[in-house]
Amino acid sequence: MELLGIGKKVLLGNEAIARGALEADVDVVTTYPGTPSSEIADSISMVARYLKGSGEEVPFYFQYSTNEKVAIEFAAASAYAGLRALTCMMHVGMNVASDAFMTYAYVGCKGGHVIVTADDPSCHSSQNEQDNRLYARFASLPMLEPSNPQEAKDMTIKAFELSEKLKLPVILRITTRVAHARGVVELKKLNMKKKIGKFEKGGLAVTVPDVARKLHPVLLEKIEKARKISNESELNFVEGDGEYGIITSGVSYNFVKEAVDDLGIECKIFKIGMSYPLPDEKIADFLKSCKKVIVIEELEPFLEEGIKVIAKEKKIDVEIFGKGYDALKRYYEYSPDIVYSALAKFFGKEWKMENVEVNATPRPPVLCPGCPHRATYYAVKQVAPEDTIYPTDIGCYTLGLLPPYETADFLLCMGSSIGTGCGFSHATKQKVISFIGDSTFYHAGLPALINAVHHNHNFVVVILDNSTTAMTGHQPHPGNEIDGMGNEAIPIDMEKVVKGIGVKYVEVIDPRNLKEAKEAIKRALEYDGLSVVISKAPCILLERKLKKERKIYQINQEKCKKCKVCITKFACPAFYMDGEEVKINPALCTGCGVCPQVCPFNAIEVVE
Amino acid sequence: MKKSIVIAGVGGQGVITAANIVAKSALKDGYNVVMSELHGMAQRGGNVECTVRIGDVYSPIVANGTADAIISFEPLEALRNLPKVKKEGIVLTDVNPIIPPLVSLGIGKYPELEEIFDRIAMHCKLIKINADDLARKAGSILTKNVVMLGAMTALKILPIKEESILGTIKETIPEKYVEMNVKAFELGKEEMAKKN
Repeated sequence: MELLGIGKKVLLGNEAIARGALEADVDVVTTYPGTPSSEIADSISMVARYLKGSGEEVPFYFQYSTNEKVAIEFAAASAYAGLRALTCMMHVGMNVASDAFMTYAYVGCKGGHVIVTADDPSCHSSQNEQDNRLYARFASLPMLEPSNPQEAKDMTIKAFELSEKLKLPVILRITTRVAHARGVVELKKLNMKKKIGKFEKGGLAVTVPDVARKLHPVLLEKIEKARKISNESELNFVEGDGEYGIITSGVSYNFVKEAVDDLGIECKIFKIGMSYPLPDEKIADFLKSCKKVIVIEELEPFLEEGIKVIAKEKKIDVEIFGKGYDALKRYYEYSPDIVYSALAKFFGKEWKMENVEVNATPRPPVLCPGCPHRATYYAVKQVAPEDTIYPTDIGCYTLGLLPPYETADFLLCMGSSIGTGCGFSHATKQKVISFIGDSTFYHAGLPALINAVHHNHNFVVVILDNSTTAMTGHQPHPGNEIDGMGNEAIPIDMEKVVKGIGVKYVEVIDPRNLKEAKEAIKRALEYDGLSVVISKAPCILLERKLKKERKIYQINQEKCKKCKVCITKFACPAFYMDGEEVKINPALCTGCGVCPQVCPFNAIEVVE
Repeated sequence: MKKSIVIAGVGGQGVITAANIVAKSALKDGYNVVMSELHGMAQRGGNVECTVRIGDVYSPIVANGTADAIISFEPLEALRNLPKVKKEGIVLTDVNPIIPPLVSLGIGKYPELEEIFDRIAMHCKLIKINADDLARKAGSILTKNVVMLGAMTALKILPIKEESILGTIKETIPEKYVEMNVKAFELGKEEMAKKN
């Protein structure tokens, strides 16, 4: 297995972090999957299952927790008991976990605890592009920011050491272009041993007001100690020479390096690897040595504001540029073009941005051929009134936003479909159907559903249960029989949970039977009160892997009346127009068997 | 030395696997390599692109107009990525369109193939290949990405040794499919030899 090898390998940034944790002999790894962080934990999961499969003892414990808050809490307890722990999540996962770690910062840890946040500038796969570096300042937690996979591995190990030195969890902040960049990484020797923690009683760890008041100044003392470390850290270094300076961190450092090289710029570059607390002394020295300075960082002016405060406090009279200069903006990720352009202007160099206009039709992602969500959406659209409100949630099924389904009207975050469903059902007289996936339901849907039951809200919740966390790469969830280590787990019975919290109207359907699905949705809409429909059918990508043989469908051209319902209403990507004829691409057809139920002329037949 | 290519296509065509093979082969030949890929939502039939860069490089993505070549598994995706390639660069593209599902619904239009090719040829050197045909000839449409790798190798776009790429293919692909993929690689290579 490559991740357990040695020597130079090409690794994904996320794999490098997983490897770094293994080289640091991590004891506990927890996560809730989320792009662009998922491959960190998936790699750890693969290692665990590989070792188990080879009959070896797995020297660490790994868990896909129900949500990021639980993941942090599990790891915090482990680290408080002296073990090394890693928790990884996407940026918005930090919001879920924040309730735990804002106070965890007060309590601190004994074993090293690294919290990885994978931010997503430009929202490649996310609902916002928040800059989680602000969490480091907000919670007073030290933070490291790698620029490439090699640094991602090295800084993971450094973060464990730093965490143990300060007795504080440490944030490792990456972005999509570090998480999903591949690069050459040198793998060192692994020395993994299974360890058992010990909880020592009597520490200041029950954060009642009296204790919390004692702990806050302690935290601030730790951060002062961290600032000293930051000033001495080799992760914060200056290279090059010149009168002008560039200060940068993370992925932007890569763009700066190449721009300086390609444009022939003479300057000093301050590369910040430990970006909270900022190395104030080192920055002051740098500012004093420069005639003017430009800060290159994506999203918020996090470094820039910190640097301006340092300049003001130390009375250094130097012009500092950053956000608002040329095309340096607070939104979207930076690209080489943006950085080249800004630096060319700043240093008076020639750089012409290439601008070739092409008109390429977009190709947005769609629900897969055979996806059971399509059947659910088709059925719902057949029976629900036109002005029905569809609060949706985070998962593949958010793609219901696209025509022809248009079954997504409102989305905030994980679990919001049910919370906002409560609100819309109260605020309007319209029908409300909330869609939520199974993994998302366990993650953050349950408290909202309890709210809906308790306050007797009148709407429909459709739980799209495809037995996996599909969008992020098919990670297991609490409904599954096997956990992330490949061990047997106790599957949660969703129907019992829903009934157990008091939902009076519950139906479980297989959406691939359209007649059954339509009738069930109709009954749920007519029910006076909260109704839950569990629409249960496995993710087609998983089912295809398990099934050896599949039947496929074709269109009997003699029977086809070209009404195109299959294309315009059902919209399975396997269908296409070949001149005037509707056809099914046999390579894409999964044989799910739903489209024959859609065709009013029985023109869709099994290929014999 | 800096060399950059963009490998583009549609989810499911093996774009990321192909880019990985190139990156690993570059390391075998002793080059520094960086690569970027996008996951997640992009996998559901959306467009996929990977950048592979070797030599004195840091950035995992390229500035517009600086890539040495675009290797596209689908014509519309070649067009989409055209701004990335430099003026004297190469666009190697397969000729078999995959119609975006939204176009089938009547939203947007797939451009005429000739329009796509003319637009690319106006900007840089265009090389077309029917990789679907060659992949089927090799034994499976799933070897299309390796056909494209064979063609790319024949064009000597990157200074990576042929045996390094073949070696990586053999290590990456499950044993029972190796023979088929080696054939696909050769067919892609031969096709390019025919054109020169």
